[in-house]
Amino acid sequence: MSLINEQTRGVYTLFKKEVLRFWRVSFQTIVSPMITALLYLLIFSHVLEGRVQVYDNVPYTAFLIPGLIMMSLLQNSFANTSSSLVQSKVMGNIVFVLLTPLTHLQFFTAFLAAAVVRGFVVGLSILLVALCFVELPIVYIGWVLVFSVLGGALLGTFGIIAGIWSDRFDQMAVFQNFVIMPLTFLSGVFYSIHSLPPIWQAISKFNPFFYMIDGFRYGFFGQGDISPWVSLGVVITFLALLVVLSLKMLKSGYKLRE
Amino acid sequence: MIPAIKIENLHKHFGGLHVLKGLDLTVNKGEFFGLLGPNGAGKSTLINILAGLLKPSEGSVEVMGHDVVNDYQAARMALGVVPQELVIDPFFNVREMLRFQAGYFGRGKENDVWVDEIIESLGLTDKAHTNMRKLSGGMKRRALIAQALVHKPPVIVLDEPTAGVDVELRQLMWAFIRRLNNEGHTIVLTTHYLEEAEELCSRVAMVKQGEVVALDTPANLLHKFPTKNLCVKLSAGSMPVSLSAMVKQQEGNAYVLALTKLSQVEFALSELRKANAVVEDMQLKEADLEDVFLSLVGGA
Repeated sequence: MSLINEQTRGVYTLFKKEVLRFWRVSFQTIVSPMITALLYLLIFSHVLEGRVQVYDNVPYTAFLIPGLIMMSLLQNSFANTSSSLVQSKVMGNIVFVLLTPLTHLQFFTAFLAAAVVRGFVVGLSILLVALCFVELPIVYIGWVLVFSVLGGALLGTFGIIAGIWSDRFDQMAVFQNFVIMPLTFLSGVFYSIHSLPPIWQAISKFNPFFYMIDGFRYGFFGQGDISPWVSLGVVITFLALLVVLSLKMLKSGYKLRE
Repeated sequence: MIPAIKIENLHKHFGGLHVLKGLDLTVNKGEFFGLLGPNGAGKSTLINILAGLLKPSEGSVEVMGHDVVNDYQAARMALGVVPQELVIDPFFNVREMLRFQAGYFGRGKENDVWVDEIIESLGLTDKAHTNMRKLSGGMKRRALIAQALVHKPPVIVLDEPTAGVDVELRQLMWAFIRRLNNEGHTIVLTTHYLEEAEELCSRVAMVKQGEVVALDTPANLLHKFPTKNLCVKLSAGSMPVSLSAMVKQQEGNAYVLALTKLSQVEFALSELRKANAVVEDMQLKEADLEDVFLSLVGGA
């Protein structure tokens, strides 16, 4: 067998293991976030439907769904890489991967791909269930897919960084509670940033979550708070920065080979 | 011939702590090599560097001619490591875990026959579909050994593999490891059971405070450190103060005296006579590797 085949199989095996890891506990990793998102949908649509009009000809409930899908997709992509890494470190079984000839790039690729898959599966599940109750257009499927993959990749990469840095579960919770959650809620999941006071509009534009959600929503309605091309540029820039940082951490063996 | 493991001038610092101090060691292909030393001697640090889990501060380490830092992929392909801790992945069963591990090394379905052979040889057949969490300690240890062997590495490192393992498993394990050694695999073993090292290893290195203090065959080490043990059981009287420095072990009125030369037998008996001690039973025993070990590293 050639080295290329061996290397490809190594990455594929790690990817498959990471996918199976969340699939084995799919009630916790897929069904649970889906129910949470649908509860948000039920409550917010019940309270705000008819009172808030964000885009012309778009009911508030329909406006809300892409935001909730993207929120869950991002959170679950982050959770997949970060929890897998922290759990492996705490239990010690990270050595099973560290003892292998997998390169830092292969390690990164496998973990990231599994995170994107989990985010995508969660997002798709919410969409399919929501479509049973709400009529939702998809104007540009391409934008929907692009922002799904890039959003999952961005948060999956951030999860790798958090997972490497954290030695304990409570350290990882800091990322979830003080970074992911505030950025998600201040990103326009539940509203358009145009409804915010100017100062908060300006602050929101420094939030990468805003661009991921707005670009994703643009794919559904063909309208958004900002051009999808700008969102694409911002998301790719943030992704590139985090990829470089996480690859550097993996290559140096920071907190893994120490 | 390229050695299985070549370590040159290896240093490892952890902050201000100098754990390995210019260690040099060569393990030849096909050897059954023992690495002995007290806790904190640097054995696990050495193994972790060998396995790529730690980076050396200075010096070089090669596995089958491949540098563990600059040519780490080839070095790791050639190495199978059984870690000391009983670590498991709780999401998978034994067979799944072994197939994943083989996959990381680029092995696919064609490797399944070997995986089955390892499972059978290590007595894991009944547990092949059992989740790792549900295995007993001994079974987890077997699974870890199996995991280190899935990619058929020419060099196998076992870090305290028999710690907490019952006699039956120990024998089964050694029979299997011996077979691998006979088939040409190089085995490096760290253990606290010195009788194991004496019985199994063709050569042993004794490590103390990050340095190799002895390196030879068990027979040569015993020859170089000619010690004998005089076991005496007293029916009356007590051990005189003049012999207290020689007492290695005491259980009630039974004593083991460590002798550095045979003429000390006469000295010991005359001192006992002088002290009016009555010898009920007496045996002169050859020293074992443990005596050599204690004389070399006992003060660590």
